Amino acid sequence: MRYLLLLWICLMPAFSYAGEAKDMAADPVLEKRMIGLAEKLRCLVCQNESLASSHAELAEDLRREVREQMAKGLSDQEIIDYLVSRYGDFVLYEPPVKSYTLLLWFGPFILLFLGGGILFLQLRKRRQTLPEAVLSAEAEQRAAVLLNNDKDPQA
Amino acid sequence: MTRFIWPFVVFVVLAGFLYVGLNLDPREVPSPLVGKPAPAFTLPQLQDPSKQFSTQEMKGKVWLLNVWASWCVSCKEEHPILVELARQNIVPIYGLDYKDKRADALMTLREGGDPYVLSISDTEGRIGIDYGVYGVPETYVIDKQGIIQYKQIGVITRQNLREKILPLVAELEKRP
Repeated sequence: MRYLLLLWICLMPAFSYAGEAKDMAADPVLEKRMIGLAEKLRCLVCQNESLASSHAELAEDLRREVREQMAKGLSDQEIIDYLVSRYGDFVLYEPPVKSYTLLLWFGPFILLFLGGGILFLQLRKRRQTLPEAVLSAEAEQRAAVLLNNDKDPQA
Repeated sequence: MTRFIWPFVVFVVLAGFLYVGLNLDPREVPSPLVGKPAPAFTLPQLQDPSKQFSTQEMKGKVWLLNVWASWCVSCKEEHPILVELARQNIVPIYGLDYKDKRADALMTLREGGDPYVLSISDTEGRIGIDYGVYGVPETYVIDKQGIIQYKQIGVITRQNLREKILPLVAELEKRP
């Protein structure tokens, strides 16, 4: 009897049940879609965090906004357009290619080509300015001896 | 001699960029709403929640919409300036009490004076999102047509009131 009681007590934890932290949205598919979109958006308060990872209150509000708009059936692009109309291109982690972002997008490539070009020109110039090594007859003879013999006759 | 010129030029250009960068505020995000109609809303008033306030009522007037909250520390800095401005009767100031508790907000107004014609409670911050609020305080200058003409991000100081906001208000008053 005592063993039975002990066994029963040992089995107790198996019946205990802790609820998972409630998902913010009732619909996990929608929540996943919201997080996916929020990762592409910037939190405006802590500017180096995405909307998905930020704990700022505004980020929470914006996630709620995104969630609600998704529930209403708006597409990702429509939600992005809405946020851009409120907060500007700044909310996007990937800035759109516009006239004033051209330098941002293509500046690194311009620098790369510029650097590569300078390197190429420098190397070519160097090759031209370096004189061809000309050996005197004596040195040539000594080199031949060195190559054929282990011993240097002058040593 | 010429071999030193290029590194020097690069240095000067870089130093120039860095110097300009010193005076830029990365927290200041330009608002795309300037020049666009102020988002319409109807919300309960802070003082008397049974009454509503709608942006429709403001058609034909130049007004300021000041986003504030009792928990906002830098709002305390601009509060006396707003009270002073309100006394001069130049432009009506409306407050958007952003994500605040009503009791705390009323306490703030009792203690520091109430510069607002009335305040509106945006308890959940939804109107804040519509207006692109990302930090408090922020102040919008809205013209007679209901177009946002200027957004002050951060505290209103005597200087930017004198140099920016008041001249703009005076100019907007002249327009139809």
